Amino acid sequence: MNFPLLTVTAALPAVGAILTAAVPAARRTLAKWLALLFSLATLALAVLVAIRFEPGGDRYQLTESRAWIADFGVRYELGVDGIGVVLIALTALLIPFVIAAGWNDADPLETHSSRWRPTQGFFALILLVEAMVIISFEATDVFLFYIFFEAMLIPMYFLIGGFGDRAHSGSDENAAAQRSYAAVKFLLYNLAGGLIMLAAVIGLYVVAGNFSLQEITAARAAGTLDMATNTERWLFLGFFFAFAVKAPLWPLHTWLPNAMGEATAPVAVLITAVVDKVGTFAMLRFCLGLFPEASKWATPVILVLALISIVYGALVAVGQRDIKRLVAYASISHFGFIVLGIFAMTSQGQSGATLYMVNHGISTAALMLVAGFLISRRGSRLIADYGGVQKVAPVLAGTFLIGGLATLSLPGLAPFVSEFLVLVGTFSRYPVVGIIATTGIVLAALYTLVLYQRTMTGPVKEEVRTMPDLHLREVLVVAPLIVLLIGLGVYPKPLTDIVNPAVQHTMSDVKQTDPAPEVAVEAVPAKNGEAAK
Amino acid sequence: MSTVTAAQGLWTLAAEGPVDRIPTPVIEYAQLAPTLIVLGAAILGVLVEAFVPRKSRYYVQVFLAVAALASAFAAVVGLAAGGYGSTKAQVAAMGAIAVDGPALFLQGTILLASIVAVFTFAERRLDPEAHGSRVDSFAAQAASVPGSESEKAAVKAGFTTTEVYPLALFAVAGMLIFPAANDLLTLFIALEVFSLPLYLLCAVARRHRLMSQEAAVKYFLLGAFSSAFLLFGIALLYGYAGSVSYAVIADVVDGTVTKIDPALASTMGNDALLLIGGALILMGLLFKVGAVPFHMWTPDVYQGAPTPVTGFMAAATKVAAFGALLRLLYVVLPGLRWDWRPVMWGVAIVTMLAGAVIAVTQTDVKRLLAYSSIAHAGFILAGVIATSAEGVKSVLFYLGAYSFVTIGAFAVVTLVRDAGGEATHLSKWAGLGRRSPLTAAVFAVFLLAFAGIPLTSGFSGKFAVFKAAAESGAGALVVVGVISSAIAAFFYVRVIVLMFFSEPKADGPTVAVPSPLTMTTIAVGVAVTLVLGVAPQYFLELAGQASTFVR
Repeated sequence: MNFPLLTVTAALPAVGAILTAAVPAARRTLAKWLALLFSLATLALAVLVAIRFEPGGDRYQLTESRAWIADFGVRYELGVDGIGVVLIALTALLIPFVIAAGWNDADPLETHSSRWRPTQGFFALILLVEAMVIISFEATDVFLFYIFFEAMLIPMYFLIGGFGDRAHSGSDENAAAQRSYAAVKFLLYNLAGGLIMLAAVIGLYVVAGNFSLQEITAARAAGTLDMATNTERWLFLGFFFAFAVKAPLWPLHTWLPNAMGEATAPVAVLITAVVDKVGTFAMLRFCLGLFPEASKWATPVILVLALISIVYGALVAVGQRDIKRLVAYASISHFGFIVLGIFAMTSQGQSGATLYMVNHGISTAALMLVAGFLISRRGSRLIADYGGVQKVAPVLAGTFLIGGLATLSLPGLAPFVSEFLVLVGTFSRYPVVGIIATTGIVLAALYTLVLYQRTMTGPVKEEVRTMPDLHLREVLVVAPLIVLLIGLGVYPKPLTDIVNPAVQHTMSDVKQTDPAPEVAVEAVPAKNGEAAK
Repeated sequence: MSTVTAAQGLWTLAAEGPVDRIPTPVIEYAQLAPTLIVLGAAILGVLVEAFVPRKSRYYVQVFLAVAALASAFAAVVGLAAGGYGSTKAQVAAMGAIAVDGPALFLQGTILLASIVAVFTFAERRLDPEAHGSRVDSFAAQAASVPGSESEKAAVKAGFTTTEVYPLALFAVAGMLIFPAANDLLTLFIALEVFSLPLYLLCAVARRHRLMSQEAAVKYFLLGAFSSAFLLFGIALLYGYAGSVSYAVIADVVDGTVTKIDPALASTMGNDALLLIGGALILMGLLFKVGAVPFHMWTPDVYQGAPTPVTGFMAAATKVAAFGALLRLLYVVLPGLRWDWRPVMWGVAIVTMLAGAVIAVTQTDVKRLLAYSSIAHAGFILAGVIATSAEGVKSVLFYLGAYSFVTIGAFAVVTLVRDAGGEATHLSKWAGLGRRSPLTAAVFAVFLLAFAGIPLTSGFSGKFAVFKAAAESGAGALVVVGVISSAIAAFFYVRVIVLMFFSEPKADGPTVAVPSPLTMTTIAVGVAVTLVLGVAPQYFLELAGQASTFVR
């Protein structure tokens, strides 16, 4: 028996969560360090997973398989493909930043009773979410995936509802009500999606007799497992609905702006950069893998929904007055791109979508965390309350700018590569869709630059005049993210090398090949390099 | 007994030879041991009430009850280990009682649930001491009028209603027989044996005595109605098949009966007797499980009864009644499947939806849990409808999982108190998570289990019944179940929001520190909830082995 690396990677943050939660009320600094330590150790393991993973090898590697609930046909089966590896790495990478950025966000107020231990709870919940997200990326058993896909809602829910934005916290009843509304909305949307998926999961069992992704995919490919066309479509819709809520795709997106607006900035990053990725990841792994025919059948509608998400999200972002809600709508637009890339059914599109998940995670984290630092200084989320910040806090403004530029996919920064790939991949099969999607980029430039202009430039507002610049902890949080954005923008090859073989497998699941190019082009990896330059 | 023709008039000739003596019934005492132990202890408990000094009654009664339940459980385990649940399953006591897998599994569940429920009965640290003596949840003297001098005197004298323990034991004994009953008369007697003590138990709350008595009267009246329906159904079914024995009725229904006498020949063609009789019996049982439209008693009784009794009743009655329902549908009326399945479909759908929807508007924790129990009855019915071994297994598992969550949840309710006793109004629970994070967290675990969130027993159970239903072709039921789960999730979440995200009120309730008894109950509840959620395989196997009925 090999060393169960994947299990340990997922279990480590869970152990960290338990230990952190057990720290006594008075020792909350210890809890913070403990959480950071465990998240860094998890990162180390995630790097180890990436190193042990051989891009040219089997489709699923580092696999583990144990009996679990035989009566339900459920096994404890883990395995990662290239897509899983990079997303696990992304998750493990972002959590330390989330923890460091939220270092003082959950300190108890003086009015709290001495038994209430918000700090310990906050960091324990973050680690718990990390554990559940990682195991979702690893699970190759549909039931196992489902369990954690659903269960992660609970810690997420407490993070959103229990730890509001410091800009509003305290005795403000109204803010508490809004926060709890956002948390409930988040939970009910996702729970409803998950329960509909549950019906489909049970349906899948009735049809297939087990939950093993590999077995079902293999049986589908070999033609030994027949699904009636209608059955397959219903099951696909059940799965897709849950993932579309999670991702989120228009028109199921409305929980995201509430949740991101009311949560603290680190938690908002956790939602959009980490947890939501499970939705798009699952579309790629489960929707396409289990229901290839139905995926193709649904493609036109999904592409339209993705387009609406892209354009609508960007348009609404332009009109936002609240910084965090603006980032939320920008994310909706970006998730539209990811879904577009997945369902364009080309290898560039899907590689691009996977890279997009990673890059969006990093760029949103950078932008949102800096925005959080900004908001915590002024105590307001409204854009109109700021102005001229770059004169008093140049480092803050500079990092905010880079985060913003990454969000609008400036060439040279990582998101450009992925957005370009998605568009190329889409264009080669659906030219019109590709053209419409491009408007998303233009609008992105608009909302990002307008945001920057209104908050950072212009005359210095009175309330902003004494604003301190980023201090050391905050710089330490932001700097590595920016380095990554630039690094992956210039040299994305390590990622594409891991992702491309996995995408080829997915493409063969849906029995799709790239449309023949009208002009001869080089092989895909080389082209990615070109694009980056 | 046979047909004496009218022409013979008032006398008959003396029988030739000696009159046949009524044969002594053969009773398999060992196989009935669980029930007999509990019944014996209940009778002993009555004697204890009569002869043991008041001061030490409480200790003797609690010890007796727990010891009896524990040894009865040991007897169940012994029988199961001896193969009576599978290979040696048989009909005992002259065909009156079945000793088979489902019966033993459910008896074990009932006994375990009763043990932890008795712990909550015995809790005496929650209420402040009255006149120097510690008090439990039960009235000082049930017979005294609320607010009267005699009540005050009883309180002052430090009386306690220790009769609740023998009453609970009688109820448990009835519940043990109920799912094992193998003829209709035994079924009816078991029903009465467990119902009557429950009516009484509902009436003896220490606080809110009027509400408690009202609940008891309602429960009694409606329960009497349902018993009457059941009894009438039994009469009709007897009229149809000429026997109260499950096996004989089943044979007649199937048309496989070998010995047809003229009387039977004239009635067995009469489908009206069969259908109406079967429907009336079903009604009686659906009343006990709290299925819509026979659920009306549930909220009032759950709210009015002393909370430990509510927990006991909600868990154990449901287990016993579903056991009887399963046996009736699977052993007696499988031949009628095509008739009862559509009806049960309807009942399951309304039960799931009505339970979930009405629960949304509730403002009292106990009523909320009552409606939630109705919704859960609907989920379990989905498993019953599967009509397969898989269905039996899923129902058995669900019942086991559900009872511990329920008892645990009601045990937590007993802890949250203000000056007027338990603070069951939801608004008073605001901010509980800030004041007593542990209590609120435990209650949240139970609520999440009720909601069927993965990694709790509620999810495993729900998955099991839905899977069984889907496999038997009841996909639509699964969809309705999923939708009502989503609705139900809303109100469970609302309580969690209230506990954790609302600011505590200044005059809010306090959480009493319980004795190790209640703590054990709650700890067992949490442990079972998590273990059945994370590693249900062993228990599913157990339920699977126990899923064959003897006939």
